[in-house]
Amino acid sequence: MAPTATQAAGSAPVFKTKRPLPFPLNIYQSAIGRKWVMAWTGIGLLGFVIVHMIGNLHLYEGPSRMYEYAETLRDLGGGLLPRTLLLWIMRVGLLAMFVVHLHSAYTLKERSRLASERAGFVGGAKKYASKRDYIAANYASRTMRWTGPIVGLYVLFHLADLTWGWWLGDAYVRGDPYHNVVESLSSIPVAIIYVVANVALAVHIFHGTWSMFQSLGVNNPRYNGLRRNLATALAGVVLVGNLSFPVLVQAGLVDEDNRDCPVNDTTGLECLGKAAEAH
Amino acid sequence: MSGANGVTSQASQQSHGGTLSLTLRIWRQDGPDAPGRFHTFDAPNISEDMSFLELLDIINERLIEGGDVPIEFDHDCREGICGMCSLMINGRAHGHELATTTCQLHMRKFTDGDVITVEPFRAKAFPVVRDLVVDRSSFDRIIEAGGYISVNTGAVGDANQTPVPKQAADTSMDAAACIGCGACVAACPNSAAQLFTSAKLAHLNLIPQGQPQRWERTEAMVETMEQFFGSCTNHGECTEACPKEISLDFIAFMNRDYVKAKIKNRKLTGQS
Repeated sequence: MAPTATQAAGSAPVFKTKRPLPFPLNIYQSAIGRKWVMAWTGIGLLGFVIVHMIGNLHLYEGPSRMYEYAETLRDLGGGLLPRTLLLWIMRVGLLAMFVVHLHSAYTLKERSRLASERAGFVGGAKKYASKRDYIAANYASRTMRWTGPIVGLYVLFHLADLTWGWWLGDAYVRGDPYHNVVESLSSIPVAIIYVVANVALAVHIFHGTWSMFQSLGVNNPRYNGLRRNLATALAGVVLVGNLSFPVLVQAGLVDEDNRDCPVNDTTGLECLGKAAEAH
Repeated sequence: MSGANGVTSQASQQSHGGTLSLTLRIWRQDGPDAPGRFHTFDAPNISEDMSFLELLDIINERLIEGGDVPIEFDHDCREGICGMCSLMINGRAHGHELATTTCQLHMRKFTDGDVITVEPFRAKAFPVVRDLVVDRSSFDRIIEAGGYISVNTGAVGDANQTPVPKQAADTSMDAAACIGCGACVAACPNSAAQLFTSAKLAHLNLIPQGQPQRWERTEAMVETMEQFFGSCTNHGECTEACPKEISLDFIAFMNRDYVKAKIKNRKLTGQS
């Protein structure tokens, strides 16, 4: 027997070590460090999702309150900073977190795929030839790599829909979010997209919120049980809040029947502005 | 535990006669690069008191009697403490019995007529040597990178010279229970070795003897692990598959220590 050949195969590294970058970039070079960054960006994105959802609840206060909320976002920083500057800084930060979160997710997924594939049997696209029997891995944890891209594509759709107004055409009125939201969500296909994407988002948050504690090493046996509860609560709150918009618009409970101001980008916005000042 | 098991097996011997007839689908592969496939074996008259490895022994004896090549599988102590036995049994590392190694999995846990599928532990860093035997020497590479402490040799120190806090000793002992079998990697959908590495790190990093090399060790062992294994996504499969019930908490401890180590190692080398 000459066992040396197989023993050498077992010892040979699967991944090559890269030349270390200067601190702190070398943290991102390691898988654990990358996961740590993924957790931090996840916290940032989760914070945005929650604030965005709560802010959007202004929809239920009518067109002028919604207009006021949108204007307030543009005026963040008050008279100290140029108008919309702070909003743009937040947008760029959000985009950066999104890109880093995506990059780390994709590269770590590839690492795991390479560490599992062709693991000793021919045709090994999956890890085992026989059926796996999972104990702890749940639907949410095993579908992160699907719910993530669904949410990513939905964000693009959402921007094209309500920020750029690509397919609402003449019905899109820049500066009148109440009208745009109602107009968009009253279409059944659009409402379905919103529902599907937000279910995916909630499933993603359900695993992500729990997972980030582990990745950051925030662990205390006394409070560990609360991590799962927090994940469930946040996923539930985001799900209920975000689904309420398409559902209530489709149900006809949010509409423009009792609107005081006309819908256009000249007199309509002026009228909304006056109504907002009167509050 | 053994007393209770003895009672149930006696009771079941009275009612069932204590034997099972099983069908086994076992992975056979002639060498590291040979294509493998499942072979089906009938196993009649299997005693309920046998361990799973003894079942394989019986099948092998029958194969040898018939002039065939026996199935190769890893085993050593057969007492659940060496970490040598492996096997994915019906899609679970070490079988469906929690906190149990394959050698301590008894046939009384199966029912008559079961079809049992047996595959080796799989990961890119665990290449199949033959049949059910995989090469787990990548774990040795991780241990070599820092799974030790340095002590002065010479006369024996005084007893209790180094005070160890009770809590630290207990938790360190929990981590040290790891037998390095690789079930965590086998069970992990990502083929990550976080549970093994974190246990090996925690059992030294928690106690005073491990402090001088703590940050160096953490960085070295994690980065060696990352040459071989996938990335943890916190499924939690590893801790369920672990025959020694190593906790996921050690993974969090390792993650925290690793980022700290990246900072501390700079300071220790005067680069602050």
